[in-house]
Amino acid sequence: MGILKTCVLSFGAMVLGSQFAHAETLTIATVNNDDMIVMQKLSTEWEKSTGNKLNWVVLEENVLRQRVTTDIATKGGQFDIVTIGALETPIWGKQGWLNTLDDLGDDYDYADLFPSVKNGLSADGKMYAVPFYAESSFTMYNTEIFEKAGLKMPEQPTWTQIAEFADKLTDKSKEQYGICLRGKPGWGENMALITLMANVWGGTWFDKDWQPQLTSEPWKKAVNFYVDLMKKDGPPGATANGFNENQALFAAGHCAMWVDATSAAGRLYNKDTSKVVDKVGYAKGPGEVTNVGNGWFWAWALAIPSTSTKADAAKSFVKWATSKDYVKLVAKEGGVVTSPPGTRKSTYTAEYKKAAPFAEMTEKAIETADPSKPTRDPVPYTGISFVIIPEYQGIGTTTGQNIAGALAGQTSVDDALQQSQDNAVEAMTQAGYIK
Amino acid sequence: MAARSRELKTGPLLAPAVGVLLFWMIVPLAFTLWFSFQRYNLQNPMITGFAGITNYKILLMSSRLWVSILNTLVLVGSVLSLTVIFGIIFAVVFDQDFPGRNIARLLVTAPFFIMPTVSALIWKNLLMHPVNGFFSYVSRWLGLPVIDWFVQWPMFSVIMIVAWQWIPFATLILVTAMQSLDREQMEAARMDGAKGFALFWNITLPHLARPISVVVMIECIFLLSVFAEILVTTSGGPGMATTNLSYFIYMRALLQWDVGGASAAGVIAIVLANIVAAFLIRTFAKNLERD
Amino acid sequence: MNNSRNSLIAGIIGWTSAIVMFFPIFWMLVTSFKSEIDAVVPSIFFKPTLQSYFDVNSRADYLHYAWNSVVESIGSTILALMIGLPAAYACAFYPGRKTKDLLLWMLSTKMMPAVGVLVPMYLMFRDAGLLDTRLGLVLLFTGGNLPIVIWMLYSFFKDVPTPILEAGRMDGARFWTQMRYILIPISLPGIASTALLSIILCWNEAFWSLNLSASQAGPLTAFIASFSSPEGLFWAKLSAASTLAVAPILIMGWITQRQLVRGLTFGAVK
Repeated sequence: MGILKTCVLSFGAMVLGSQFAHAETLTIATVNNDDMIVMQKLSTEWEKSTGNKLNWVVLEENVLRQRVTTDIATKGGQFDIVTIGALETPIWGKQGWLNTLDDLGDDYDYADLFPSVKNGLSADGKMYAVPFYAESSFTMYNTEIFEKAGLKMPEQPTWTQIAEFADKLTDKSKEQYGICLRGKPGWGENMALITLMANVWGGTWFDKDWQPQLTSEPWKKAVNFYVDLMKKDGPPGATANGFNENQALFAAGHCAMWVDATSAAGRLYNKDTSKVVDKVGYAKGPGEVTNVGNGWFWAWALAIPSTSTKADAAKSFVKWATSKDYVKLVAKEGGVVTSPPGTRKSTYTAEYKKAAPFAEMTEKAIETADPSKPTRDPVPYTGISFVIIPEYQGIGTTTGQNIAGALAGQTSVDDALQQSQDNAVEAMTQAGYIK
Repeated sequence: MAARSRELKTGPLLAPAVGVLLFWMIVPLAFTLWFSFQRYNLQNPMITGFAGITNYKILLMSSRLWVSILNTLVLVGSVLSLTVIFGIIFAVVFDQDFPGRNIARLLVTAPFFIMPTVSALIWKNLLMHPVNGFFSYVSRWLGLPVIDWFVQWPMFSVIMIVAWQWIPFATLILVTAMQSLDREQMEAARMDGAKGFALFWNITLPHLARPISVVVMIECIFLLSVFAEILVTTSGGPGMATTNLSYFIYMRALLQWDVGGASAAGVIAIVLANIVAAFLIRTFAKNLERD
Repeated sequence: MNNSRNSLIAGIIGWTSAIVMFFPIFWMLVTSFKSEIDAVVPSIFFKPTLQSYFDVNSRADYLHYAWNSVVESIGSTILALMIGLPAAYACAFYPGRKTKDLLLWMLSTKMMPAVGVLVPMYLMFRDAGLLDTRLGLVLLFTGGNLPIVIWMLYSFFKDVPTPILEAGRMDGARFWTQMRYILIPISLPGIASTALLSIILCWNEAFWSLNLSASQAGPLTAFIASFSSPEGLFWAKLSAASTLAVAPILIMGWITQRQLVRGLTFGAVK
């Protein structure tokens, strides 16, 4: 039935020619981040110019991911455009679940996209999603607190230095915490950060034979450091604090330092929601034994499921929403600081860099974050703060839960890592990576 | 007098209900059983094939499953006890007449109308949050140490939230049932000199026996599959402290995308639920048939 | 006299518990009128604003979702009552050997954790063309609530004293007449509270309503889902969205409650 319908429609479209593109209604699923909400607001411009209509499904990240994955994997066909990330895109692209997006035309200017971004959203050389915004991670610190204590943050700090600062800057009676870090369990929550820490201590998720390495020395050192640091200098309730909660804490002035996404910087710069608007300083993501893998790479991108019967209209939208003109439109509407960051070189004009003090550091972080070389030692996988295999979501989240348990004092770090290792071995064996 | 003769064929009365339920039960159950014997990973179509009892073996041998079963029983047992006890207390209290009784009763039953997701979000962010929450505000004002609810007492916090939602349900059912309490019998007993507590124990409580059984059975069904509250607050953690069977299945199905394993866990959950139900029936069955 | 002392004790307990139970909801209401920065601090004094409500409504069409909630809840409740009333009647007044087993089997159909059957159900709905349709959700909710409806009706029917029905039967009344003129009026509070429960369960059902809907059939639970954890400060918006989502059902619940416990026609028995 579906095939017949597609044939008729395509034939009809061919016969009538492009100037008669009939009005389509597209269903788009996206995350409830500020930049997407802006996209939703501005999409009326696209609707007006093409006569198509968009129906929005806006969900929180985890729910969205589950909803979309269920639909795409069962070929449910509910969505014409989906918002996915750097983890799903290569996997789904390879399985043929997404349309390729290399044919949006020269005026799209593919060369303007940052190479790391383009590669992160491709598989086998073909692009399967177009980047809406991209981010890496870095260190943010409260310049006022640092000045008062007479401390100076180097451009490339190490975790040891961070711990020293944190010890000096913590005063729990005044609700001032030396460092706020993610503690909420999840492969995209606390594990995103902890994987980076393991990276810079020289560790890897798997060795070249896909054996999990969670009980190796670098992992033990990194996770012990994380748990000790958070217990001493972190805010209470850390195991419930994900990105949003930490952002709220930092924006209210409770945190002296925060290592997290570069996209946070733009929101901290908004005086409606942040009390620390002109008090934020930036430094690179901390290294330790090495600096490789000290900043992650993540992009939210728009993709078109292969089940969509309205691919042409959908392509028109995704092209518009990720084009240079769109970036300019956002800048016009909300101020240049609100431009969707990290995707195009053309966004980083002198004007933008002047208006947004974090722009330069963000640009540097994205350019150096290379998912194809995530760690100091060679590994069989790609992905810096996650591993781009279908099994990772489960393994990562279970590990994240165990480490959160260690942070809450329920188990020791060694036990948590051992349990995670056992779980990872079981999962990888079941999936056939190791015998 | 044809007292026991069936003038009525009950068949056609029951048929639609049975038919609907049969469909909604058999079809998903069949699918689930089928999947539980397959290797089916939603994100990785490379994994296919008959798995035999491998899914079950892996689950039953993993301690995580048993921990989640234990958590489920703890959660269900605690909430049931709390709701029945408070439900009875509230039902008796609100049966008395006092100024503003109707309004107070409305306020008491309000929590049941709130979506579980919303309840959990309110408790997590507005009340229990250790920095911005109301409880921490009060603690600090009183000079007491701030309690980090979801870290130090995760299961207790979840129980509190779920009980808060379901106590009104029990109250509502029991208050309605109190309406049909035989007042004349009460008056007669009182005239005979029976005092407050004796009245309660000998007249009120037996009358409430059936509604309490209904409350317990219905709540049991829902409490066994508590999910939204855990998802929003603790995500099953820290560690596995608040992972119940429902959340465990969720992790399997929607994080590991292991539909085979999740289906097997689902079958195990049904078995568990039936065991719990059988246990409850033994305890409450006679109350159901009372006339 | 005993009564006034009872009344006082009852009053104290009653009001204390009412305040304690209602407080979280009250706090949510209060927070919805704060600005985002104020919302982060648990303060009692603040400058009230309606900004959050505006923001919430500009992002998602509240009325569309609310209408879906109404249609889906009431639709499936009516359907469930239509199917359940006869069944409960049969179980309560003409119990057979198998009645108890039947009732328990009905309850057991609800024992499967929803999340375990997500994929099968999704596939079923996909093939039946019911994804993201109100009809699909109504059917699903009906199937889900039917056991509860039957159980509750059964329980309330059992409370009806048999003399009344006997009297009706002896007067030659037939089944439908019995139903209409005797049974339903007497057990109206019970039927009403069953209907209320069914509507609430549908209204608050947050798993299927989210997973089987996209943009057309999503009820208020989907509306809330888009505010549950955005990046940045969100408590005031969340409170506003939550208030909007629960207000209709809360108000409706309160109105119907008065009907429920207003007093019975039980006097007719004596």
